[in-house]
Amino acid sequence: MSAPMPFWRAAGMTYITYSNICANLVRNCLKEPHKAEALNREKVHFAISTWKDGKAEKPVVLLKFELPK
Amino acid sequence: MNQRSSRPGVTIVLLLYSNEIAIQFLPYSTSILNLVQLGRLRVDVVIVPATTGQLGVLPGHVATIAELKPRIMSVHDGNGVTKYFVSNGFAFVLANSFADLIAVEAVPLDRIDACLVRKGLPEFTKKLKSASTDLEKAEVQIGVDVHSALNSP
Repeated sequence: MSAPMPFWRAAGMTYITYSNICANLVRNCLKEPHKAEALNREKVHFAISTWKDGKAEKPVVLLKFELPK
Repeated sequence: MNQRSSRPGVTIVLLLYSNEIAIQFLPYSTSILNLVQLGRLRVDVVIVPATTGQLGVLPGHVATIAELKPRIMSVHDGNGVTKYFVSNGFAFVLANSFADLIAVEAVPLDRIDACLVRKGLPEFTKKLKSASTDLEKAEVQIGVDVHSALNSP
């Protein structure tokens, strides 16, 4: 009933990671004004603040998602 | 959905361009696809690149859900065809001849730079030999797949 597992899932990748990789590859192959717009559109930054004693500490701004050490 | 023209056809709610927002408290960057609706078109046929093969959606098509693969989706309306390269996504065909096509990236073909594609393909094919872990191999394989699909519209 279920289809064979796709190669990326067998390698431990989730669908969203796969989807993001494909989308980035496509974006990097666009012609110039559209490429800059697309890459700009997809820029994200994360502001992570750890909470201590019920108060939020100063947020750390990251460009790539990584849990702060 | 309440406006219905008298002409029979497949109504596509074409959702292009997504913005990714990551959820902070999950260990991997998972995303919620924030979809922007490009428009609502009423067309004759949409040929959708599903993982199980090409799906031709005509008015009255049975309700289906299909996962898309990185290929070309063509929208036929009257005598004209518009083609988009879709990176990934889903096609939901509803029972009333509405088809929701959702893609992370759906670009009209004229925006694709053929030189970049032709540069990227051999790069990835080379990396295929030097990739070590399963995950790396998968990433490179995805690169090869997407570039070869971009290369041959």
